[in-house]
Amino acid sequence: MIKAILIFNNHGKPRLSKFYEHYTEDTEQQIIRETFHLVSKRDDNVCNFLEGGMLIGGSDNKLIYRHYATLYFVFCVDSSESELGILDLIQVFVETLDKCFENVCELDLIFHMDKVHNILSEMVMGGMVLETNMNEIITQVDAQNKMEKSEAGIAGAPARAVSAVKNMNLPEIPRNINIGDISIKVPNLPSFK
Amino acid sequence: MSPSVRLQEMIRVIRSARTQCEERGVIQKECAAIRAQFRQADNGGRSHNLAKLLYVHMLGYPAHFGQMECVRLIASPRYSEKRVGYLGAMMLLDEKQDASLLITNSIKNDLSHSSPYVQSLALCTLACMGSAEMCRDLAPEIDRLLKTANAYIKKKAALCAVHIVRKVPELAELFNTAARSLLTEKNHGVLHGAVVLITELCERNPSALPHFRKIVPDLVHIMKGLVMSGYSPEHNVAGISDPFLQVRILRLLRILGRNDDEASDAMNDLLAQVATNTDSSKTAGSAVLYETVLTIMDINSECGLRILAVNILGRFLLSNDRNIRYVSMMSLQKIVQTDHNAVQRHRGTIVDCLKDQDASVKRRALELSLALVSAANIRSLMKELLLFLSCCPPELRAQTASGIFSAAERFAPSQRWHIDTALHVLTTAGGDVRDEMVPSLIQLITTATELHCYTVHKLYRALVADISQQSLVQVACWCIGEYGDLLLRGECEETEPVQVTEDDVLDALETVLQSHMSSPATRGFALTATMKLSTRISRNVDRIRSIVSIYGSCIDVELQQRAVEYNALFKKYDHMRAAVLERMPVIDRSSPGHDNGEPAMIQAPDKTKNNPVVTLTQEPTNQARDLLDLLGGSDEPAQPSTVQPAPAAPVPDSGSAGGDLLDLLGGLDSIPDPSVTVYEQNGVTVKLRCDRQTDVGVTATLVASNTTDSDITQFTLQAAVPKCVQLQMRAPSGDVLPARGAGQVTQTVHLNNPNKVSLRMRVRLSYCSGGSTCQDTVQVDSFPASASH
Repeated sequence: MIKAILIFNNHGKPRLSKFYEHYTEDTEQQIIRETFHLVSKRDDNVCNFLEGGMLIGGSDNKLIYRHYATLYFVFCVDSSESELGILDLIQVFVETLDKCFENVCELDLIFHMDKVHNILSEMVMGGMVLETNMNEIITQVDAQNKMEKSEAGIAGAPARAVSAVKNMNLPEIPRNINIGDISIKVPNLPSFK
Repeated sequence: MSPSVRLQEMIRVIRSARTQCEERGVIQKECAAIRAQFRQADNGGRSHNLAKLLYVHMLGYPAHFGQMECVRLIASPRYSEKRVGYLGAMMLLDEKQDASLLITNSIKNDLSHSSPYVQSLALCTLACMGSAEMCRDLAPEIDRLLKTANAYIKKKAALCAVHIVRKVPELAELFNTAARSLLTEKNHGVLHGAVVLITELCERNPSALPHFRKIVPDLVHIMKGLVMSGYSPEHNVAGISDPFLQVRILRLLRILGRNDDEASDAMNDLLAQVATNTDSSKTAGSAVLYETVLTIMDINSECGLRILAVNILGRFLLSNDRNIRYVSMMSLQKIVQTDHNAVQRHRGTIVDCLKDQDASVKRRALELSLALVSAANIRSLMKELLLFLSCCPPELRAQTASGIFSAAERFAPSQRWHIDTALHVLTTAGGDVRDEMVPSLIQLITTATELHCYTVHKLYRALVADISQQSLVQVACWCIGEYGDLLLRGECEETEPVQVTEDDVLDALETVLQSHMSSPATRGFALTATMKLSTRISRNVDRIRSIVSIYGSCIDVELQQRAVEYNALFKKYDHMRAAVLERMPVIDRSSPGHDNGEPAMIQAPDKTKNNPVVTLTQEPTNQARDLLDLLGGSDEPAQPSTVQPAPAAPVPDSGSAGGDLLDLLGGLDSIPDPSVTVYEQNGVTVKLRCDRQTDVGVTATLVASNTTDSDITQFTLQAAVPKCVQLQMRAPSGDVLPARGAGQVTQTVHLNNPNKVSLRMRVRLSYCSGGSTCQDTVQVDSFPASASH
């Protein structure tokens, strides 16, 4: 069983924290801090497995982590999970995020925390691995998002219009139009944002 | 507007705060605004507010006021609101909150909703935070959903069922049939969920195993399909087809095949196929291979398959990838008990891993090395372990030190080696050694009588160099106190003798007494040692007297008591001093439950037997209490100070010094020979002598001798005991019985009798006498009473 899934950056700030066992809020924050402390001490060329800290169950539980650029993805599991399997699962998770957010970076995780949670709930449920096929996960997440959007109804029209125009590819407005020896200077229109 | 926009604004504001204090201020303002909005009537922005609250909660700020809002949002008909509501429920609610009961009804309704996505939200939340009551209420719903047509819902329902089984084990039978039928699905997600569910059912309820063993052929079929299928883009991870599912199925096969020959047979082919066909160049393949190896080792597999498995592990061990090395060491740990020899072959690689820079790998290597220690490799392995101890990370030191000690105790090739190793550990890691090591080490030193001189020289040197390691100092003080005369004599064959004067030795002990680094126990050791030296040195007795009298007013009660009593020993009972402080006899290792001799001593005047064995930790204080007993039992007139040796009994036990004295007081009677003849034929006599007897065990020695005119060779003894008794036979002293009783062969046996049945033993002797071999069996029905009981 997976006990917790944590994502935090190189300074220990949490970007996602999902616990599948009940802890008080204080304990949750302490666990995040302790895990960060344990994981940040590790070199880059050592193995990806660690004994769990005392708060999360000591030596019965393992921390399996992967370090991508500025983020640590840590899964805390007990002995019933295959360690190498979880390592692969982290990889699948990150690839899924990459597909959903188009070249995902830390900012995407910060500003779209709810979306990340939705994606995660399609992969891991109640501490157990639910689905590992990336395409299947993305299909489901897209369908759910569509459902949410369709509910927004009329009230969502202005927002949709704004986002539609933003995505439109307007050609570059020329500064000067030179036809023969007539030179017309184009006035500076306010940019459409 | 989608909820995220407003959430993003808030996040931007929070991030722009430059200090922690500023951030707190911003968040407090936002929380106040959110709270106000919650209290208002229904407005369009409820889900945004909850999303903002959840973000704040992740950062660590209190968010409990959002719980009721979660409940309200879950009940809303809109999908977007439900979604955030359920997310909030998973993050903020748990079984202990009352609000969680309120959502049970919403979940029930949503489980029957027309949209599968709403159903999945409800299933997900139930699986994450469902309490036992909720699970009981909703279990029938889940069972129904297990049979729907929609694969998406089925797989979620399967995992939800696992959660229910964990929370309410009695409901397990409800899902038995549904679980089996799920295995016929094609969808990998559903298969995965089904396998997890069946695994959970089997682990919870071993009586369901026979029921599920019938699916082994189906599982084998699925696995074969996965392994032999060509490239399938859907489930491919690094060339392996759905490794996650393969690993799960292998794990389930392990549980089903354990201790069951029929199931194991059905799996043998498949496991061999997987083991040989899987490509392990990437992590995915290694994961499958690793799981296969563990399964092979756990079920009743055939011999060839086991060898294949251990070879795969050996290959893993040599891999460059640290992850794979770590994982292979973990699996070797699991099988080292059962297949010890196979793992021994890889000892070299494992010992090399002790030098790896990765702390996790070091830890695994240490545990494995300690498990691999045996009589054959003790010397070389111990060298490596001691090297490791001097440079290992601090969190592993205590484990290493105690591991080295127990390994040395079990397999020491010689006493000198044992003492050397123990001293090495004390000097390198004395601070991390457990307290019980001190008495066992002292006991070891007393048994090694020829090495007393060597030991005390080494310890003195170590003491002078460093007095901060408490265990080392305690042992050193004790030895100097006991064997100080050997130290002062200045000659030693085994090591470079150190030329010390009495003043130097007393200086060393005094430094220990006065140092702030010494613990109270250590000081006690030092004081007693100083006192003992008073009988072993000639010139500086006055100095000792003054040291001892100073401590008569020490704040520490234990030290003060000792000092006062030693003072009394100097003044009123000077004639007894030599006797009381005499060299300690060899201490035998006692079993727990023996009393330490004190009550026996008070009644001793009537007894002629030796007292039961005394544990060492009480020795130093026993001396003081001996004194009290003598002074208290004042009816006996004080005896002259020379002590005659305790009656020479064949029993090697000993009592404390005070006990010997009291034996004198009671008079010396010869103790009857406690051994019993069990076999006497053809000139061969075998006697059984009981060394120690407790309620649950007996240690006895069989002594064989030969009265014929020619030697008897190839003399071996075998013993058998009733089923509930455990027998341990130590190595015999030899196998040749010299003629005419010129020598004996002894063999110690230990019987462990936890059920306290009446003890019987059948002994078979075989020997070669005058060119012909003889065999004989004899039954021992009663064990003689031991002299030390």
